[in-house]
Amino acid sequence: MNDKFWISEQPLNIQEVVDLVTRREAGAINTFIGTVREFTKGKRTLYLEYQSYVPMAEKKLAQIGEEINEKWPDAETAIAHRIGRLDITDIAVVIAVSTPHRADSYDASRYAIERIKEIVPIWKKEHWENGEEWIGDQKEQKAYPTGHPEEEDLT
Amino acid sequence: MNKILLFARLQEKAGQAEVELDAVNKSIAEVKALLKENYQMEEIDTSMVAVNEEYANSDVVVKEGDTIAFIPPVSGG
Repeated sequence: MNDKFWISEQPLNIQEVVDLVTRREAGAINTFIGTVREFTKGKRTLYLEYQSYVPMAEKKLAQIGEEINEKWPDAETAIAHRIGRLDITDIAVVIAVSTPHRADSYDASRYAIERIKEIVPIWKKEHWENGEEWIGDQKEQKAYPTGHPEEEDLT
Repeated sequence: MNKILLFARLQEKAGQAEVELDAVNKSIAEVKALLKENYQMEEIDTSMVAVNEEYANSDVVVKEGDTIAFIPPVSGG
């Protein structure tokens, strides 16, 4: 487990993530809490199962933190993502970003969740009443025609 | 020898999370083709590949002891 970026099999503690970015220089702490939704396009989810390539996922979460620091040098980021079986309303991901001023904290927090959906090796399996399926590429913005993301997607 | 890691749908299709394979001096593209053939996994084509926990392009050549992970489109968050 990285100090500020980790994958957990246990329920996430929002305050623990927030505390990691709390500091005197901050005037804003933005938190994003991703939760398990019951209905997607009219289809009822019973529960989700998340799987991860844990050591790489933690590295990629830390990379997102570094990317945020390149774009917003004054930002401090912490991200925790849960894996295993999650029920409806359970917390799947907590992102906390602190910055001196509020605008940057919103932007950096949004950036973090979008990047998670692009580069962090975590997968969710939807379990419905009548079946189950591994979900891929929720962003549906990249088809990866070459079978992998291009350089600019990864760095 | 090399350790091949499979996740999500690829893992279920193969019926295992790990495969031992001698992929030394093969390119990632060649390893992909090999796995696709052995396990009938067309999802391999849309998967990314990581060598030793870092994304790698198809032309990267595998070395002794490298761990190769096949990463289907991710869906975290």
